[in-house]
Amino acid sequence: MATNPRPQQQLAVWNDPQAVPYVHIDRVTKKFGDFVAVNDVSLKIYKKELFCLLGGSGCGKTTLLRMLAGFEEPTSGKLFIDGVDMTGIPPYERPVNMMFQSYALFPHMTVEQNVAFGLKQDGVPKDEIAARVDDMLKLVRLQQFARRKPHQLSGGQRQRVALARSLVKRPKLLLLDEPLGALDKKLREHTQFELVNIQEQLGVTFVVVTHDQEEAMTLSTRIGVMNAGEIVQVGTPKDIYEFPSSKFVAEFIGNVNMFEGRLIEDEPDHVRIDSPELGGTIYVDHGVSSAPDAVVFAAIRPEKINISVEPPEQTDNVAQGTVKEIAYMGDVSVYLVQLASNKIVRVTQPNTYRHAEASITWDQTVYLSWHASSPVVVSE
Amino acid sequence: MNARAEAPRRHRHSAGVQLILDFLNRLPPYRWTQARLVRWGITGRTLATAIPYFWLLLFFLVPFIIVLKISFSEARIGIPPYQPLLSWLDGNVAQINVQLKNFANLILDSLYWRAYLNSIKVAAISTVLCLLIGYPMAYAIARAQSTWRHILLMMVILPFWTSFLLRVYAWIGILKNNGLINNFLMWTGLIDEPIVMLQTDFAIYVGIVYSYLPFMILPLYSNLEKMDLTLLEAAADLGARPFKTFLTITLPLSLPGIIAGSMLVFIPAVGEFVIPELLGPSDSLMIGKVLWQVFFTKRDWPAACAVAIALLLLLVIPIVMLQRAQAADARGAHR
Repeated sequence: MATNPRPQQQLAVWNDPQAVPYVHIDRVTKKFGDFVAVNDVSLKIYKKELFCLLGGSGCGKTTLLRMLAGFEEPTSGKLFIDGVDMTGIPPYERPVNMMFQSYALFPHMTVEQNVAFGLKQDGVPKDEIAARVDDMLKLVRLQQFARRKPHQLSGGQRQRVALARSLVKRPKLLLLDEPLGALDKKLREHTQFELVNIQEQLGVTFVVVTHDQEEAMTLSTRIGVMNAGEIVQVGTPKDIYEFPSSKFVAEFIGNVNMFEGRLIEDEPDHVRIDSPELGGTIYVDHGVSSAPDAVVFAAIRPEKINISVEPPEQTDNVAQGTVKEIAYMGDVSVYLVQLASNKIVRVTQPNTYRHAEASITWDQTVYLSWHASSPVVVSE
Repeated sequence: MNARAEAPRRHRHSAGVQLILDFLNRLPPYRWTQARLVRWGITGRTLATAIPYFWLLLFFLVPFIIVLKISFSEARIGIPPYQPLLSWLDGNVAQINVQLKNFANLILDSLYWRAYLNSIKVAAISTVLCLLIGYPMAYAIARAQSTWRHILLMMVILPFWTSFLLRVYAWIGILKNNGLINNFLMWTGLIDEPIVMLQTDFAIYVGIVYSYLPFMILPLYSNLEKMDLTLLEAAADLGARPFKTFLTITLPLSLPGIIAGSMLVFIPAVGEFVIPELLGPSDSLMIGKVLWQVFFTKRDWPAACAVAIALLLLLVIPIVMLQRAQAADARGAHR
């Protein structure tokens, strides 16, 4: 079973100030005419990491990846891979391989020839090419398709050929552009785990570009969230999900309920926020750094809100509302609850026993409550 | 009206056409005729597809059969200058008179097969020259910025606006002893006496390459232009230098374009008459010229027809190759 690479293995290299980054992006800016695609981005990625660049379309994540591959040159700033300045080094001389979003398989070559292509360029002896291609096809379980042409393969098989082709040269750094974008959901989940497995087996550093936050969460050791050409937050999937640094990140990753309010109590160990939207106050059991009286947002994840018919015992962090929508998803049920301020709150509850969802129905008055540790206070 | 949105719906016409159809539908003769035709299985669709078939039948198949028929007959002096294939003896015995000697002569008379071989040689060399000149041009146009691309393509097509014959004549002015090139070279003092270029084989090659270059460039361009450029990035990413990428990716993928362009040059060049006649030496052995001489000078229609039929058979192989290449190119576009 493979999920995120085990933390003890990684031991969070990125927190070690002595650690030497494998990929160092140093104040890189890329402009296309007047358009700034990547704006002053600095990033350190360490060996054996599986780093995800996450963002919406046009946020500059692909441009950043293409600069690492050597297809684009930075307008300013420098890229270092394994300590070597990559400025002016063409793609075919970089110790990097890329898996393209469209897979870019050579249509006139068989699977075997596609995978062997990179080794041939390096002048690897024939028998060694055959052996390494065979090993690689074994790894992605495509041996019986070796003689097929790309157009005779399914989407998932093509994706595995592309992966095999980019891995066969044993690159120290593998760049993946939306690697699972074209696959259906089942195949996607399966391949995600496969990717993580392969990454662990071969000890390659992966940089993955994706717009799919679920993909980023499953795959990565760390995520760099990008918006409008800038990196807005870097952290482990858990950091990003539980402690988003801004409203943008909180809203981009997963679902979140955002309550606008003002800090009325600002102590080192707790804060209290008055939120007219909620129709009450939010008590948070950790301090935040914000100017008093500033407009802030309390972000609460839908699964961290409890829904009940009876009023809960706690006095803080409670709201009353009416159930407007119920969506039964199987494993969880999603409730959309309307507060007195007309604000809609999204709540998910696991269906821990059969008919657990049946106790709450449409238009019923319910109470929402959450633990004081749950809200995250962010600013605009 | 948005043509794309309208296309899938059948029997939808623009307002004007609809008006005419509505009017016609009110006329009993129209309705009656249409109903009759549909009963016989004739609809607008079959009529529309019948037109090109009819065209080919009338202007290609029928003349071909006439030429074929004449090629089997014997020459005579008279009008028409050949014996009929079918004649009546004593008014009731049919006599079929088929002559194969016109075809036999093609092999027995060395003039003919030497002309065929020479034509193929000239056409083949011209095709290779067109490919060598045309490929870089097509490549450059396909990779140029889109605004430039249209201008460059226009420049390739522009010569077609002038008559082919005029353009070949123009080359006489350029190549002749006191023509543009020689005058210029004499003026610069590089040469003392003119270089003889007109009425040489060189002039034939210049003429054919110049005239047929667009037929090489256009199919190559259309192939190169739709090529997926990420394939080139992928090759570079896997360690291939630009020239290696060209040899291993671009060139094999443009093969359908190369074949199509080569055949479009080769096929007409084999039978070329005007260029060797105007630019070449008087004794140049090109089958097109021989055909002309046999037909107009010797007035031997059957022999000329046999030459033409043999030429056609000779070109069947490249024509089939051309069609295969075009089909392969069309398939490639769907991937």
